[in-house]
Amino acid sequence: MSEAVDTPRAAVKGASDGKKAERRLAFWLCAPAALVMLAVTGYPIIYSIWLSLQRYDLRFPSQHEFVGLDNYITVLTNSYWWTAFGVTAFITIVSVVIELVLGMALALIMHRTLVARGLIRTVALIPYGIVTVVAAFSWRYAWDANTGYLSQLFDPDGAPLTQRASALTIIIAAEVWKTVPFMALLLMAGLALVPEDLLKAASMDGATAWQRFTKVMLPVMKPAILVALLFRTLDAFRVFDNIFVLTSGAQETGSVSMQTYNNLIKGLNLGIGSTMSVLIFLAVALIAFIFVKVFGAAAPGNSDNGRR
Amino acid sequence: MAEIVLDKVTKRYPDGALAVSEVDIRIADGEFVILVGPSGCGKSTTLNMIAGLEDITEGELRIDGERVNERAPKDRDIAMVFQSYALYPHMSVRENMAFPLRLAKVDKETVRQKVEEAARILDLTQHLDRKPGNLSGGQRQRVAMGRAIVRDPKAFLMDEPLSNLDAKLRVQMRTSVAKLQKRLGTTTVYVTHDQTEAMTLGDRVVVMRGGLVQQIGSPQSLYEQPANLFVAGFIGSPSMNFLPATLADGHLHTPLGDFPLTDRVRRLAETANAPRELIMGLRPEHFEDAGLLDDAEKARGGTFTASVDVLESMGSDKYAYFTVEGETATSAELEELAAESGSTEMTDNGSQVVTRLSAASGARIGSDLTVWFDPDKIHLFDPQDGRTLTYSS
Ligand SMILES: Nc1ncnc2c1ncn2[C@@H]1O[C@H](COP(=O)(O)OP(=O)(O)OP(=O)(O)O)[C@@H](O)[C@H]1O
Ligand SMILES: [Mg+2]
Repeated sequence: MSEAVDTPRAAVKGASDGKKAERRLAFWLCAPAALVMLAVTGYPIIYSIWLSLQRYDLRFPSQHEFVGLDNYITVLTNSYWWTAFGVTAFITIVSVVIELVLGMALALIMHRTLVARGLIRTVALIPYGIVTVVAAFSWRYAWDANTGYLSQLFDPDGAPLTQRASALTIIIAAEVWKTVPFMALLLMAGLALVPEDLLKAASMDGATAWQRFTKVMLPVMKPAILVALLFRTLDAFRVFDNIFVLTSGAQETGSVSMQTYNNLIKGLNLGIGSTMSVLIFLAVALIAFIFVKVFGAAAPGNSDNGRR
Repeated sequence: MAEIVLDKVTKRYPDGALAVSEVDIRIADGEFVILVGPSGCGKSTTLNMIAGLEDITEGELRIDGERVNERAPKDRDIAMVFQSYALYPHMSVRENMAFPLRLAKVDKETVRQKVEEAARILDLTQHLDRKPGNLSGGQRQRVAMGRAIVRDPKAFLMDEPLSNLDAKLRVQMRTSVAKLQKRLGTTTVYVTHDQTEAMTLGDRVVVMRGGLVQQIGSPQSLYEQPANLFVAGFIGSPSMNFLPATLADGHLHTPLGDFPLTDRVRRLAETANAPRELIMGLRPEHFEDAGLLDDAEKARGGTFTASVDVLESMGSDKYAYFTVEGETATSAELEELAAESGSTEMTDNGSQVVTRLSAASGARIGSDLTVWFDPDKIHLFDPQDGRTLTYSS
């Protein structure tokens, strides 16, 4: 080590010897998991990209051929696709915004409450514990035109699930009802990061309750909020179960995932279906990229090194 | 600037814990008052009640003669410095200090001036655009002070503001806090559990124990005339020596030997109706190496001979520790003090006596030394309730 100090470069090299061995060990330890991941996620992705470049309709197997980007042109110039895309974006944005607001309110209540804390948390989490499809069916029965108690209450004469606007509202409500607890849980973890002293200091500095919330609490828990938003946006963009059960995509309420399902599974058109999958994959990747790069969301598990 | 009055202020937490009981303190305009006491004695609770962060269960808090019990913290115009500093991590130093002013809707130019002025006083000018996370402990502490002084509040409250600093920095910051307070002349209430800090900083010190005020007074008067065993043992370092004593015919029988009470002490003890069994207290500096004194002086006091257990030479003085045979003084206060200081030196066969001797003393570890003490300086306490019998305040 004595000669390792004469040039900075040598010092770095000398010091990193142990590190190198450590990194090699880390690599070997991760390798099995990485291989399994590649097999179960990498392979299907690559395979669907491959499929998306071919004309491949199981009803007409003889017409199977390589067509390059033709499928993408077909999908991207199709109005059904864009309607579905618009519906998906609408559901995503509206439901995530509502979830954020309600989730924050619920998190604050759960964080502040002094009595029956455990009970309140458990109760709040029940919707998240119910399988989505089951919950969706209960929503469907509640809004059934003839027998649903909610449709009797709000719209005794109509059939809410057969109108586009009301159907979308119900889909969003079902989504929100289901995932607010998850949002609240993530946000509550963020709330725990705001030191009590900071809020006390802010009230000594003259901040009202609202100013304490917007000027101290929100900025300090911003990383947690971004992570919660990222998770929820990615989830919401792939919305499927609720739509499938509630409307089956009728009255132009289908999401991109519904479209994909219709083409791939129902229509047996592997080429077009795969193209749609790949497009959803790209959209999701883009959303994640925007969150991480533009808003600076730390990848989960990556702590913000500006603070302790 | 303001006068703060606590009038029989009591705090009972929802879980039933009585944290502060009937505290009466009158803090004059511009005064620097220290709340000191062992952990859990209710110092922070008292401070938080003045701040408005905790509700007052009973009693009244008046600022400038006006009842403020019901006022929110932001309407009391008081600034607070927290032990954790509580700096906003997402704001730069400048924004941190400007925050109270921005909330008060002060115009931009004035904010800039005031922040820069405060930064200059606290020597933070070159750090204004950094984030608190990148500052050293001392710098963070100064930013917290800066945030308090920029808006020129009626009073400062500080809850152990220096306890996260290392020893050397703490002493430095102690002086600068004192200077700053004198310069601004703002009423200040300062909480600490460190008696040295309390003695060096404040105009007046409030000693608390178990939610009760034990004594209020200037550092010197607390030191010279402690109202009870607890204050006597808490104030001063090394602390006062306590020994059991029996009073009979104007003579005191102690493990240090028998000696007559001086006139002054006898008068006070008689007025206070002293019982037979007592606890005697004597501070380390009221001992001296008998070999260094002339006979006349020696005759004026008592002497005892014991072997030196530990000797600490401080250059200017020597601290010699002895163990004297006999019973040890016991009382609830003394046990609490021992628990607080974490001392487990409750030797089975005698009590420890700490003495401060001149540097010229020839004391050596392990060898016997004859030590003189001044009987006119003794304090006598009632072992039942701990009250002093030798000073009427
Ligand atoms: N939120 C609370 N609920 C119930 N009891 C409390 C609460 N806060 C403090 N106490 C109790 O009140 C008493 C005084 O607490 P306080 O925080 O004022 O002590 P302190 O003198 O500041 O101590 P330290 O030096 O350790 O900070 C303690 O016995 C404590 O257990
Ligand atoms: Mg405290």
